Amino acid sequence: MPAARTVEATMLGKLDWSAIPFDQPIPLIAGAIVLVGILAVLTWVVVKGHLPYLWHEWITSVDHKRIGVMYILLASVMLLRGGSDAIMMRIQQAIAYQSQGYLPPEHYNQIFSAHGTIMIFFVAMPFVIGLMNLVVPLQLGVRDVAFPTLNSVGFWLTATGALLVNLSLVIGEFARTGWLAFPPLSELSYSPGVGVDYYAWSLQISGVGTLVAGINLVTTVLKLRTKGMNYLRMPMFCWTTLASNLLIVAAFPILTATLAMLLLDRYLGFHFFTNEAGGNVMMFMNLIWAWGHPEVYILVLPAFGIYSEVVSTFSGKPLFGYRSMVLATMAICIISFMVWLHHFFTMGAGPDVNAIFGIASMIIAVPTGVKIYNWLFTMYGGRIRFATPMLWSVGFMVTFIIGGLTGVLVAVPPADFMLHNSMFLVAHFHNVIIGGVLFGAFAGFEYWFPKAFGFRLDERWGKIAFWFTFIGFYVTFMPLYVAGMLGMTRRMQHYDVAEWRPWMIIAAFGMLLLSIGVLAQVFQLVTSIRNREALRDRTGDPWDGRSLEWATSSPPPVFNFAFSPDVRGEDAYWAMKRHAKEQQLEDHPGPEYQDIEMPKNSPTGFVCAFFATVMGFALIWHIWWMVILGGIGAFATFVVFAWRDHDEYVIPAAEVERIDRINIEERRSLVSMAGAV
Amino acid sequence: MSDQTHLHAEHDIAPGDEEQHGIRERIIGYVVGLGLALLLTATSFFIAGTNLVWQPSIPIALIVLAIAQMGVHLVFFLHITTGPDNTNNVLALAFGLLVVFLVVGGTVWIMAHLNQNMPPMDQFIKMNS
Amino acid sequence: MSMTAALGHAHADPHHIGVVVEHPGPAPKRIVTAYGFWVFLLSDIVMFSCFFAAYAVLVDQTAGGPKGSEIFEQRNVAIETVCLLLSSFTCGMASIAADVRNRFWFYLGMAVTCVLGLIFLAIEFNEFADLVSRGYGPSRSAFLTAFFSLVGCHGLHVTAGVLWLLTMMAQVFAKGFRADVLRRMMCFALFWHALDIIWVGVFSVVYLLGGGA
Repeated sequence: MPAARTVEATMLGKLDWSAIPFDQPIPLIAGAIVLVGILAVLTWVVVKGHLPYLWHEWITSVDHKRIGVMYILLASVMLLRGGSDAIMMRIQQAIAYQSQGYLPPEHYNQIFSAHGTIMIFFVAMPFVIGLMNLVVPLQLGVRDVAFPTLNSVGFWLTATGALLVNLSLVIGEFARTGWLAFPPLSELSYSPGVGVDYYAWSLQISGVGTLVAGINLVTTVLKLRTKGMNYLRMPMFCWTTLASNLLIVAAFPILTATLAMLLLDRYLGFHFFTNEAGGNVMMFMNLIWAWGHPEVYILVLPAFGIYSEVVSTFSGKPLFGYRSMVLATMAICIISFMVWLHHFFTMGAGPDVNAIFGIASMIIAVPTGVKIYNWLFTMYGGRIRFATPMLWSVGFMVTFIIGGLTGVLVAVPPADFMLHNSMFLVAHFHNVIIGGVLFGAFAGFEYWFPKAFGFRLDERWGKIAFWFTFIGFYVTFMPLYVAGMLGMTRRMQHYDVAEWRPWMIIAAFGMLLLSIGVLAQVFQLVTSIRNREALRDRTGDPWDGRSLEWATSSPPPVFNFAFSPDVRGEDAYWAMKRHAKEQQLEDHPGPEYQDIEMPKNSPTGFVCAFFATVMGFALIWHIWWMVILGGIGAFATFVVFAWRDHDEYVIPAAEVERIDRINIEERRSLVSMAGAV
Repeated sequence: MSDQTHLHAEHDIAPGDEEQHGIRERIIGYVVGLGLALLLTATSFFIAGTNLVWQPSIPIALIVLAIAQMGVHLVFFLHITTGPDNTNNVLALAFGLLVVFLVVGGTVWIMAHLNQNMPPMDQFIKMNS
Repeated sequence: MSMTAALGHAHADPHHIGVVVEHPGPAPKRIVTAYGFWVFLLSDIVMFSCFFAAYAVLVDQTAGGPKGSEIFEQRNVAIETVCLLLSSFTCGMASIAADVRNRFWFYLGMAVTCVLGLIFLAIEFNEFADLVSRGYGPSRSAFLTAFFSLVGCHGLHVTAGVLWLLTMMAQVFAKGFRADVLRRMMCFALFWHALDIIWVGVFSVVYLLGGGA
């Protein structure tokens, strides 16, 4: 009856049973498995009584260390999803020679779009943000970031975005436009389904989360450093954090604005990027890449910082050329805003414009080169220990140089006219992202895991994971360079050119090696948890580190430092250790402990994200009453938060002393057992 | 390092805070800002509508007046100064302005070139019909 | 190794050239909060600049519909501008009142700011409604899309500002001039002044530059 259908349409918008992919076995089965898995984990948590612990210690936590760990956990889980998409794509391209393969185009297009979106926004970004969150306050010698509750909000909004993208697998569909959703394909007339809406709302929501993290970390580095830590005494990781988050603050608003314009076109019939009524499709490319290029530097700069920390620690030397590193970092930060047109040389801006952006794109390779030389000179003359983090760093240096070289190659406009949107380009950006960002994330993960959890990771599995990932990367992506040179375009669901096929098969085999590498990482984690007593880090300083995070216990107490350190130079902790050895002490000779005020935990982040999820879902499916309710809920959450009377709790001096003394005793007993080194 | 003088710095000032003057001085600051802003606004409206000014200079004049008025707001209402305790605030503002200039300037420049070589669809149709 | 310099020395060399300045430690909450909000404001300004850029690109794409000069009413724009400028002044008065803990002037300043903001919004809403009723809404042409989006985005920010203003008045009423309430008031003032700065750009670039010809 027409009346009933209208009511249903109002109640549920565009949502009905056809949204669930009963006729598509792959998403259906994948979704079912994941759903069962989630339900199993939830049931176990509730039955074992872990829910109160999880709620009080993790979900409502505003502690930067906990939030950092949750970011990295989100990234790791999403890595498995993004990687599954990649495996599917490699298999499809290996078998789809003169055949349709096993993935019809509508599915294949969603898979590569989801792969890119998830890997950039929900693997790489959360991983680096998580590491920065975990480490930077410790390195700066302070108790938390500038805005702890806002930190929690940022994390949970990112998780909301991840949830929405994954929801699209089982309710509705995802975008088929690629990870940047170019119009006119992404406009309503060519993408009438909910796919692009899932994409856009998910990124808008998580974009707010990322912006919040950016503001937090910029303010923390600029305004919250311990006594004596002038700018030029900060660890290099803090400088790259500053540069990366300045880029976040400057670039993410562009993404927000551009996606808003696309959504206005789709929802309200505006004409920013339509073909009719004067819209300009090319303006989308221009604006989205004005965000997109700084984005990749947002990802890689923290990785550079991680390498600086790891290389100096495992070479036993201070970082070579600290000031030139700082200059290079800030130079990359600024220049990264001047190169974005190199992503669309072929769109027709003409030789003048192309030349200027091409030259700028080549110039930006110079500060990166400075960094590489500085790392090499740091290693030269040092006593190098090839622990897993150092393996990842050396692997990065080799791999990133190749990727950077191919980058400078495509920075030349005439060359790019041949190589744009070919598999060469795909190989290039995976080269720099995997070689740069992913290797850096793994290096940081291995390096700081003991700090976060109190036990080291199994070295043997770490090395296995490294070698399989490293070799697997080359076997997967070097053939793609060749295929690109042979003329293969990206994102092909099937092809007829015989010369490309062997390369696709080799790449699929390489994917197998990469998958073993990732599985080895999982095994490493499981094994290490099982053997954690044997791997226990009792001193808080398992690597003989140089910066302040190693001055705390592993894991650090909630307040990080009982006494704010007073810093006199670079490599603050290294100086403290030498000074202490000279004086046969490991710490201050019994000063007065003070009460410490810490921010209270808060459900604000989680509740806010809940309403954001509701609003996002409702907007995607055009369920307008739910949008309004969600909006009111979100606003109410903020008002409730603003009305708090007690936002801090006090740790009494006696408790601080108790915790600190335990840590000092452990460290002292181990150091004296080891003898004077 | 021992040959250099070491100074214990005071903290920066918060953006939006002004150094403590009496109430009278602070109110006068806002009044002066308001007056200047009203003057600049009136001038902008006048110039836009008048024939007394050489026409081609009007866009530049309007932009200059707008920038001047933004400056008045920054100094008199937001208390952004060039003092050493304001350096961080000014640097952040400068970075933001650089990005704005790159985005707006870059977009206008790039789109002008793109539109010339690849006109938007309905102009393309007009050209070829 | 570190000497506290004499006061006279500091005054002679305010930018500390030739001197190593020992960092005094983490900044107090007021500075941290205000600086964080300042950084957020700059990000918001970058977002506005994208809409300005889109406007500049699309300003001539009238698709057979009206140009700016055919639909802008300078008189209303002038009133809006004066309202917002005066509201910045009254917001400044409210800030001073909050600093010296004077409830009466605080409420008065905020109330007048609110009224002026609402007048601004009423005029703008009226302008939009009128244009839409004449068939010159944002879906008519790319120029109108860009116009409605830029001006509308600013209007949405003013609306959010008014909501925040009312919340601040409620907070002072409920909790007095507590430290955290004062920090939020400072952030609100930054926000409100920034909105007026953006409006200077809007009325100059959109209404005055586009209103001619």
